[in-house]
Amino acid sequence: MNHKTKAISFSLAMLMSAFAWNAQSHADEATGAESPLMLAEVSSVNTFNVNLKKPKSRNLPPAEDGIHDPENEATHSLQHPLEAYKGLPPSEFGNYVDWVKALDEGKLRPRWDRADPNEEPFVLDLDIVRPVKASVPDVVFPHRQHTEWLYCSNCHPAIFIPQKNANQISMSAILLGQKCGVCHGKVSFPIETKTCRKCHSKPKPADWTPPLSEATLKNPWK
Amino acid sequence: MSSKIKRNVLKSMIIGVLAYMGALGVPQPAQAEYADIVINNYADAAGMRPAVFPHWFHRIRFRCKVCHTDLGFAFKAGGNKIDMAKIIDGKFCGACHNGEISWSVENCAMCHSGIPGQPTHFHGSTVQRLIAPAYKPLKAPAANN
Repeated sequence: MNHKTKAISFSLAMLMSAFAWNAQSHADEATGAESPLMLAEVSSVNTFNVNLKKPKSRNLPPAEDGIHDPENEATHSLQHPLEAYKGLPPSEFGNYVDWVKALDEGKLRPRWDRADPNEEPFVLDLDIVRPVKASVPDVVFPHRQHTEWLYCSNCHPAIFIPQKNANQISMSAILLGQKCGVCHGKVSFPIETKTCRKCHSKPKPADWTPPLSEATLKNPWK
Repeated sequence: MSSKIKRNVLKSMIIGVLAYMGALGVPQPAQAEYADIVINNYADAAGMRPAVFPHWFHRIRFRCKVCHTDLGFAFKAGGNKIDMAKIIDGKFCGACHNGEISWSVENCAMCHSGIPGQPTHFHGSTVQRLIAPAYKPLKAPAANN
């Protein structure tokens, strides 16, 4: 009896806090509306990646998503994302839609030209393999999926010099929004643990061993 | 009911109230669609809500190339310094939002639908989650960027 009452009262407490949580998430407060400096959201660097929790809800309708103003009448006439995603292949990150697969399967037919629905993209089927120094699998860059969406000049030569060994790419640069990070992590699939293998997809050769670090090679006390 | 149970009930009630108050204090992150962009270069100053650009809505209809090659959109939130004059001249958004390809500019509140006071930002972007991006108004001198 004692345990039962305890459990019931505890669950009541949990329920109450859950309601509070819910009420808060629906109350869109415009923080910083009065402050003249207008600071953006505080970095969540400590919750990034490994400790990153799944969002409690996803693909919310515009009026509840925290950036649209629910007091604006037209906000309520904007489309609900889930309505638009019906029938599209799902994924586990970003918009939770596999956009490339949707295009490949013909579920989407986005225009290549603003006005002409019949214009076809110029697709280049060329894979670029980039060996990676670290022990993670090597990177394969597929031009095909990219040229389905983009034009050559979107990336070349401003972001990537179209020449072998001419581009220094690192994950730090990407995470800071350079190189691949110009799109990945913003619009195209995000950079999360679940997406590593989308790029790092080619296993190392069988005879590959990790290179020894300088500190090991030059160790005078070995 | 024994006094022990009563105390337990009281204890959990207190916990519940504390949790309730705590939850009210915790700021809730916005949970908009991945790649939604808030553009607030000039909107706030002009007394309008900031514009919200949903990438997901547009990429169902157009490939990236249409806007980022043909219309000259930079790969940067707020990077084009778009104002309404450019739009009614048929540049940027105005290339389609002209009543021919899509609805035209008199539907102000369809784009200008953001919560006032939000800085220009890329919702949910890796960069934004990693670095605290201090909001730089366009007029501020670019120190090191």
